Amino acid sequence: MKLITAVIKPFKLDEVKTALNEVGVRGLTVTEASGYGRQRGHTEVYRGAEYRIDLVPKVRIEVLVEDAEADSVMDAIVKAARTGKVGDGKVWSVPVETAVRVRTGEQGPDAV
Amino acid sequence: MVNPHAALLAASPPALDAGDTAWLLVATALVLLMTPGLALFYGGMVRTKSVLNMLMMSFVSIALVTVVWLLVGYTLAFGRDAGGVGLIGDLEHLGMAGITPTSLTGSVPTLLYATFQLTFAIITAALISGAVADRARFAAWVVFVLVWTLVVYVPVAHWVFAPGGWINSQLHALDFAGGTVVEVNSGASGLALALVLGPRLGFRREAMRPHNLPLVLLGAGLLWFGWFGFNAGSALGANGLAAAALLNTQAAACTGLLGWLLTEKLRDGHATTLGAASGAVAGMVAITPSCGSVDLPGALVIGLVAGVLCSYAVSWKFRFGYDDSLDVVGVHLVAGVAGTVLIGVFATSVMTGGADGLLHGGGLDQLWRQAVAVLATGAYAFGASYGIGKLIDRLIGFRAPAEHELSGLDLAEHAETAYDHGVIHQGALAGSPVHRGDANRTGPHSSDLSREIPSQ
Repeated sequence: MKLITAVIKPFKLDEVKTALNEVGVRGLTVTEASGYGRQRGHTEVYRGAEYRIDLVPKVRIEVLVEDAEADSVMDAIVKAARTGKVGDGKVWSVPVETAVRVRTGEQGPDAV
Repeated sequence: MVNPHAALLAASPPALDAGDTAWLLVATALVLLMTPGLALFYGGMVRTKSVLNMLMMSFVSIALVTVVWLLVGYTLAFGRDAGGVGLIGDLEHLGMAGITPTSLTGSVPTLLYATFQLTFAIITAALISGAVADRARFAAWVVFVLVWTLVVYVPVAHWVFAPGGWINSQLHALDFAGGTVVEVNSGASGLALALVLGPRLGFRREAMRPHNLPLVLLGAGLLWFGWFGFNAGSALGANGLAAAALLNTQAAACTGLLGWLLTEKLRDGHATTLGAASGAVAGMVAITPSCGSVDLPGALVIGLVAGVLCSYAVSWKFRFGYDDSLDVVGVHLVAGVAGTVLIGVFATSVMTGGADGLLHGGGLDQLWRQAVAVLATGAYAFGASYGIGKLIDRLIGFRAPAEHELSGLDLAEHAETAYDHGVIHQGALAGSPVHRGDANRTGPHSSDLSREIPSQ
């Protein structure tokens, strides 16, 4: 099993969800997140005082998949989330040791 | 008419005018609404952790100033001049003694006049709170408002508004609705308190952005609405002078707004909502003293000057290092000084019934009288407020402890928080009620307890 995590632009969430649905992903977790990468936030001005806002709003998606599906799921996210501009985000995967479905107690790939 | 307050107080024989009374009743309610409006205007500008404290400093001022004013303040401000030197009133009407529903001030009941004037004292005190946002102990603020109302507001109101006050009757400076009494007074007092308390932790290092600009705009709208009662009500009658003051107020608010936005657009690249709200307020501050003494072109220019000037003045605190957090100095002191002094330039005898400003052939005569009035009220307000602030700081401590300031005054001073942030903090998950004095009470996370509550 692999845990795929994506941090993307919030307005891309709907497209990514649709794309994941098309590659057979049946469940995901979405969290509101803040952060910055190479684009380094933006500036705001209040009564003439300029503030540098480093942390910009992002959405973090987590999907648990079987090893064989990992590449296609990552591709789907990358394609759907891309605008081609700085700040599009990152996608990464890590191996997962074990997983349990809370309702049934099923373990491993059955729990995905 | 040199000063509506003086003229009406001197009017004889006194007779109640129903129209004047009706208008002043409404105007009093309008001015009172400005203080909750100010609370929202200020509340939106602070961070989420201290917004309730910001609102409370205005709301508690309504109650504190009302009690002090009706018991002692009114007679000291508007009672017969003590000793005839124009500094303070006597104690004849302590607790409104001797004033009945049939007592008249000009053409309106004295009880109404006293209440109308009360609403001015309230908002002036509340305005000062913007200079000490996020870091003042609530108890210290309460003591400050009580003392400041009697020591600073009352004498200044007597000098400028009472028939025997020295600025009114000897200096003959013009101040229609309180450029000195309200704006210069609150601005100079705010500067003094900002210096007494020192800057917020993180001032000039951290971004302290307004947490809710729609709240600021709502507050600005309420201020704008109430300001018609403030300025046009200061005619103390339902008449042409009230109409002129009303029109001038609207004109200056709008050129103030446009002036600030234009400066921002050219200087910073964007026209902002906070700039629009601030510009309208700056314009109205500047026209407050002058709305009864200038014509429309004068009002348009005064508003514009205030909008542009204040959009620069709000950055002085960063340059000089005083943390006037919500720009009481940058907006109220600066626009109050500008509006009061510019009477000396734009006053026209068509409005004043006597004095003319520089542009209308009056020479420099009115201009220096205006400048003296500004200097006297500003210096007194600054000095006295600084002394009161220092004394309170020494006796009970004015500044909140650092950990309270960092975690937010809402929780530390009021045991409340303004907002639920996210799902974890909502509903039953947020906690369960603690029943004081209940020996058998279950723990704070008892599930039994939450099941007993039928629905939330």
